[in-house]
Amino acid sequence: MIDLLNSLPGALAQGLVWGVMAIGVFLTYKILGIADLTVDGSICTGAAVCTMMIIGGSPAWLAMICAFLAGTAAGILTGLLHILLGIPDILSGILTQMALWSINLKILGKANQALPARSFSVVLSQLDNVRSIIVLAVLSALIIGLLYLFFGTELGSAIRATGNNPVMSRAQGINTGVMSIIGLALSNGIVALSGALLCQYQGYTDINMGRGAVVIGLAAVVIGTAVTKRIGSNFALKLTGVAFGAVIYYTVYQVIIFAGFDTDFLKMFSAIVVACFLGIPYVSKKIKHMKGRKKDA
Amino acid sequence: MLELRNVVKIFNRGTVDEKLALDHLSLTIADGEFVSVIGGNGAGKSTMLNAVSGSKLPDSGKVLLDGRDITDLPEHKRAVWLGRVYQDPMMGTAAGMQIEENLALALRRGKRRTLAPGIRKSERALFREKLAELGLGLEDRLTARVGTLSGGQRQALTLLMATISRPDMLLLDEHTAALDPKTAERVMTLTEKMVREQKLTTLMITHNMKDAIKYGDRLIMLHAGRIILDISGEEKKALTVEELLRSFNRASGEEFAADRAVLS
Repeated sequence: MIDLLNSLPGALAQGLVWGVMAIGVFLTYKILGIADLTVDGSICTGAAVCTMMIIGGSPAWLAMICAFLAGTAAGILTGLLHILLGIPDILSGILTQMALWSINLKILGKANQALPARSFSVVLSQLDNVRSIIVLAVLSALIIGLLYLFFGTELGSAIRATGNNPVMSRAQGINTGVMSIIGLALSNGIVALSGALLCQYQGYTDINMGRGAVVIGLAAVVIGTAVTKRIGSNFALKLTGVAFGAVIYYTVYQVIIFAGFDTDFLKMFSAIVVACFLGIPYVSKKIKHMKGRKKDA
Repeated sequence: MLELRNVVKIFNRGTVDEKLALDHLSLTIADGEFVSVIGGNGAGKSTMLNAVSGSKLPDSGKVLLDGRDITDLPEHKRAVWLGRVYQDPMMGTAAGMQIEENLALALRRGKRRTLAPGIRKSERALFREKLAELGLGLEDRLTARVGTLSGGQRQALTLLMATISRPDMLLLDEHTAALDPKTAERVMTLTEKMVREQKLTTLMITHNMKDAIKYGDRLIMLHAGRIILDISGEEKKALTVEELLRSFNRASGEEFAADRAVLS
């Protein structure tokens, strides 16, 4: 039990890192209505850029900004494939993700690059969970605040409208293609930033660290949305809920590991959680419909 | 002024399903003119409207609005000059956004979207005033999500969004067809009021012959992608549904039985 309690600060920090990523996923999945698979690649791109820059002597904050920008570029690429070439959104994301694997490998120079907190100046590390949690909480609040402001602007409203109803948006003079690209860029920028945080926290970047990231992000989004739905529909609240969803997810994860669950099954567990959360609304609607029909008869 | 010159649109070209939707259609609508368009299914009404709105570009011919050639202009660019209301009440509004957010989007139609606030405080007064004119009580529900409104309310809101920054041309695509008769009439009355007050150049497609006769300065009947009837002025005022049906039979040279049901 003591072991479990000891692992909780780590789970909280880890959860907050993935919470940043989940906020990125929320932007595409909930606002634009796109399941963007670029994420699996762009999180690693962010980590790779950040790791190599810090190793090269750049300050961590500059490395994180560059990681964000690299993620933005990945998002723009997916957007261009989707909008200019008419490739379906999911496939566009997969193509970018695939290309990013090679790019990430070239940035890193090898499949696994260490970034030990003892040798480099990083803003957070698992060696100091309290500091990490404070840094992550402040950063998450900042991101949520900025996004809240941004989506209240004319441009932000136009992006929301594009996700809501593209036909109406075009009729209101909104260039829906450009809005989708901006949304994808912003989303992947945030995802890459979370990668930059993750590599500092865990002390290394691995070429496969992004595998399944989008599923974890979706899990956090669905858990977060389910939790905040009852409280209200404020946008900042929703984003906070998503970040919180990632924390819940990681805590449950820790408990499962602690309970002696075969860790080989963890990814399958993630997939099942997401499938259940995404499927429940549909199935329960169907069941309600069927019940209604029986009553009629 | 809207001008269609020899507009041709063919669907499924080169296949057995090839369909000539617009057959060298030419039409001029003067400023401030309110034109209602009728015709059976597949007559080309929606295709004609889409050529104007840009949601489906014509194969050949020209579309000019106030002398500007807009034939191949992307939909969002020509939206500056166009107000649109669709048949489906879900189509014209963003369901997940608030009433005031929808109106603010419409107020910025054709303007650059910047990092300025999406809604200004001063605009809320305008929204409240305009919503009050609809007479649906929406002026007290500015922050309600549009998805919570009824079809009629959404259609009235779409109409307001189409006209809140005055368009050079208002396009109505059977915008009352999906509503119950009472609501349809209410929305039609609102339409008439807005068109007259702002002297809007209007193109209204309808399945309802009575509406086509009752509203508008001019009535056009389409058949097989061509204009087969074009009546305006005193002649239009004296028109009856029976006469319209007779003219249709005469002009189209076909039995009208199939279309009679929908054109009632």
